[in-house]
Amino acid sequence: MTTETKPQVETRKPVEYTDARLNANAPAGPLEQKWSKHKFEMKLVNPANRRKHTIIVVGTGLAGGAAAATLGEQGYNVKAFCYQDSARRAHSIAAQGGINAAKNYRNDGDSVQRLFYDTIKGGDFRAREANVYRLAELSVNIIDQCVSQGVPFAREYSGYLDNRSFGGAQVSRTFYARGQTGQQLLLGAYSALSRQVAAGTVQLNERTEMLDIIIIDGRARGIVTRDMVTGEIESHLGDAVILATGGYSNVYYLSTNAMGCNVTAAWRAHKRGAFFANPCYTQIHPTCIPVSGDHQSKLTLMSESLRNDGRVWVPKEKGDARSPDKVPEEERDYFLERRYPSYGNLAPRDIASRAAKMVCDAGQGVGPGGLGVYLDFSAAMKRLGENTVRARYGNLFDMYERITGENPYKVPMRIYPAVHYTMGGLWVDYNLMSTIPGMFVGGEANFSDHGANRLGASALMQGLADGYFVLPSTIGNYVATGGYSQVDSSHPAVAEAVNAVKDRIQKFLTINGTRTVDSFHRELGNIMWEYCGMSRTEEGLKKALTLLPALREKFWSDVRVLGSGNELNQELEKAGRVADFIELGELMVRDALERGESCGGHFREESQTEEGEALRNDDEYCYVAAWEHFGDPSQAVLHREQLQFESIKLATRSYK
Amino acid sequence: MKITINVWRQKGAQASGRLVKYQVDHVSPDMSFLEMLDILNQQLISKNEEPVAFDHDCREGICGSCGVMINGLAHGGQLATTTCQLHMRSFKDGDEITVEPWRAKAFPVIKDLVVDRGAFDKIIQSGGYISAGTGSAPDANSTPIAKENADLSFDAAQCIGCGACVAACPNASAMLFTSAKIAHLGLLPQGQPERKSRVLNMVATMDAAGFGGCTNIGECSAACPKEIGLHFIGRLNRDLLSATIAGGSSVD
Amino acid sequence: MAAALTLNQSTIGKKAIMAVTGIVLYGFVIVHMIGNLKIFEGPEGFNAYSHFLRVVGEPALPAGTILWVIRIVLLLSVILHVTAAIQLTRIDNAGRPIAYKKVKRKQASFASLTLRWGGVTIFFFVIYHLLHFTVGTALPGFIEGDPYHNVITGFSSQVWAAPVYIVAVAALGTHLYHGVWSAMQTLGINTRRTEKLFRGIAVLSGVGLFAGFATVPIVVLLGILK
Repeated sequence: MTTETKPQVETRKPVEYTDARLNANAPAGPLEQKWSKHKFEMKLVNPANRRKHTIIVVGTGLAGGAAAATLGEQGYNVKAFCYQDSARRAHSIAAQGGINAAKNYRNDGDSVQRLFYDTIKGGDFRAREANVYRLAELSVNIIDQCVSQGVPFAREYSGYLDNRSFGGAQVSRTFYARGQTGQQLLLGAYSALSRQVAAGTVQLNERTEMLDIIIIDGRARGIVTRDMVTGEIESHLGDAVILATGGYSNVYYLSTNAMGCNVTAAWRAHKRGAFFANPCYTQIHPTCIPVSGDHQSKLTLMSESLRNDGRVWVPKEKGDARSPDKVPEEERDYFLERRYPSYGNLAPRDIASRAAKMVCDAGQGVGPGGLGVYLDFSAAMKRLGENTVRARYGNLFDMYERITGENPYKVPMRIYPAVHYTMGGLWVDYNLMSTIPGMFVGGEANFSDHGANRLGASALMQGLADGYFVLPSTIGNYVATGGYSQVDSSHPAVAEAVNAVKDRIQKFLTINGTRTVDSFHRELGNIMWEYCGMSRTEEGLKKALTLLPALREKFWSDVRVLGSGNELNQELEKAGRVADFIELGELMVRDALERGESCGGHFREESQTEEGEALRNDDEYCYVAAWEHFGDPSQAVLHREQLQFESIKLATRSYK
Repeated sequence: MKITINVWRQKGAQASGRLVKYQVDHVSPDMSFLEMLDILNQQLISKNEEPVAFDHDCREGICGSCGVMINGLAHGGQLATTTCQLHMRSFKDGDEITVEPWRAKAFPVIKDLVVDRGAFDKIIQSGGYISAGTGSAPDANSTPIAKENADLSFDAAQCIGCGACVAACPNASAMLFTSAKIAHLGLLPQGQPERKSRVLNMVATMDAAGFGGCTNIGECSAACPKEIGLHFIGRLNRDLLSATIAGGSSVD
Repeated sequence: MAAALTLNQSTIGKKAIMAVTGIVLYGFVIVHMIGNLKIFEGPEGFNAYSHFLRVVGEPALPAGTILWVIRIVLLLSVILHVTAAIQLTRIDNAGRPIAYKKVKRKQASFASLTLRWGGVTIFFFVIYHLLHFTVGTALPGFIEGDPYHNVITGFSSQVWAAPVYIVAVAALGTHLYHGVWSAMQTLGINTRRTEKLFRGIAVLSGVGLFAGFATVPIVVLLGILK
């Protein structure tokens, strides 16, 4: 087996698991009782006293919006922030497929236990059992909550909720609202938030970007923000800070994330002491519209559901330039059906993506630059008729045609994998608190529930579980436990953080170099995609470790940011984000290099079976990699949280 | 392709603005309209000129951030298409394109093509919700909802809050936006207890924000990237009139 | 009454007032048009009908009661309709203080965009029309109580009168082409399912009333009626 050929990867001396800061704080006792036991044991804040406590929430997506609304309902004084012009525009809105919940409305054998198991297995056994079990438990409450808020989920003629099945599960547990589930769930959270804004419990600050975190006496006590319209730098203080600031897929420049999605809040917190966990775990989604040229600014996802009826293929011949209808059946390679006969075109995301990359690397790719594979509906149209296909996928076909100018009813779609989600994020314990006391992290911004690979329809579930249920409970416990003093803005730590932000902005505006921010971002993206993308090698990662510091150097000496800091300045905003992405990129590469196994979305070419499948190495890598910052990503120190599997047995993930 | 564009440039909210003409070469028909603006901005920066500010985020037609008037039509006038989804293949080589911000008293310009749509949030805050506190919900299947109602509610709920309806309306009216939210919640059983107070409060906030009235012209619905139907405005009117006659009380 | 006053505070309420008064006036013009066509029954029939309008309700009611009730209702409707229109126009114009440099329309009909101008045209026409055929000051040779004579004289002796009438009723037709549908929408009577029905009624109203009203001046002008 190839484990023997695993190269000797340079590793730092492991730091013992006993590092007190990496205590998961999961309550003792049986898995099924942990959360209810914990809820009982946690301290409560008297309702009358809650308004005296200020909770800062950064980000208004599913996790942040739901947390801010719920904390507001409970009576806390909440200050919420988002960079968008409205809380309703956070990128949770773009999720298409659905949200999982162990309701078992189909009576098809679903249960909390099964959702828990599917999620752990889907994550390739790299997530923490206690957190995932709680997620599965809370999934049922989420659906109840959303329905009562007026989320118009799809229904059957009986009037009861409809479900569909999704990748990685053998039960129908996905609730959906056409292809816009994320939008509808976010509008639900946004409406709850709006209600609290009107009630005066939540003060909402739109077009406001968090640029640093304020630490006083070792605890997170506030944030520094920039008003993106006036440029004013302000400090906001409180009892606790919640970061719900999303993922960092935009480190690749091209991703399915919104243009504004960024790592800045999480990265600033990391630089102030929060450990960053598993940064190399990224999810590459197989069905995206391929890049059409250098002008491309973002990638568009096509729902995974297309693979239910579309067949994926490439010509067998390398560099075959014939139009697809001229390629006879026997000269086509239906590579997913060939390699994974039992799952076929429905293989999980990471596996389908990698297979597409392999055939394109072999020169069989189609379309511009050979970076695409066909997703062909001609067989489905013959079998079901064009009208049935139109009824199922009409809106997706229209979207495809709008973007590419090609009619997928006539020619096969072209698809290619694209970065879509990041499982890594700030390290949190069972309470979703980071290694900085008082700083909590929810949603995609934390690392907690998806291990090395996220299953479809699980991101929405996690964001809302964190926001509606987990954070409002654990924040209360933190506040009630107390032990911290009153602070005001005259504290020297506040001035220090504010000045650091101001200096950095001034620096961007005065470099006055020759290159645009976008050109650096693009270059960063190319490096990351090439060396830390769908498959990674020791050699490539080491190469990236020489390219990235050089890029950072060039950025800080040659970037050009025009205009001033006292106005709406979109280039200035981008500059700050790209500067942080470059540093994060370096940490991701280090993490990928450190993890010498293949697991989930992280594929190390050195660690594969003879058939080219991912080979996990539980003996050496069954841990969460949590990185501590020391001045520079190259100096970051790795800490390990050993993962204990008590109720699930470690097993190989096979979709053959 | 070569494109000439006249873009509204305005330094800040208080400054006066004007249309400025730029030439953009090397435009590919596969570019989105915003990618064409990206190219323009890269050109401007290389000439040491400030780039054009415009709102955008998801670039896949769902967040509602983007939106400009393109040749006098909101989002460029293509059916069910936001500005970010509009592609340059719908223009011809040598075309001259005029780009202006949304114009409404309730949507003041912040800079260049960026406007403040906070009035929409104010309308939602005044009642665009169901007061269901976290944890108070019964089982999701305890109240069946006829599929037809749920579907129609969803049709209305699709609104992305981009503001194209206001921009396209000759009166800068926000009736389509407001009606979409009223219909979304009003068509569901959960939305009934607050139905009357909701419509009264939201319409009052809408009027106070400085939007014009509706003259049932239909430009809003034609410009809407989510094709929200004009009939929802009829439903809003119906709700408002009956709530007014009932004095906002939910009991006869 | 309280509800009516509350209504007047919102734009939708003001529009509802316009819609209700508009429907009253719409009903009136339909009856008016049918009455006009009685001119084809000849001088006796037409004058008898005219006389009937003045004495309807007698002797059960004092002389002219119904006539005056109708006149007051119509006058009130006009006042409310016009007042609301002026107020709404101001609100609408204030909605967009800075105009677009370039603007196109995708959907709007000519009728919907010219509703207000149509209203103004009709308003001034009605004043002229009252002076012309009711009071008679604008018609030399006006004979009280002989409307048949007045109509024939009005359109045959004053060559410009018929074109003025035709333009005015065209404005009326256009006004109703959008107005009738708009009223249904404003009052919330319109739904997804009735959309086509009300559009149809509105088109029929516009075209029908134009045709009905334009017939009389045309036939007089062509000398068919003398």
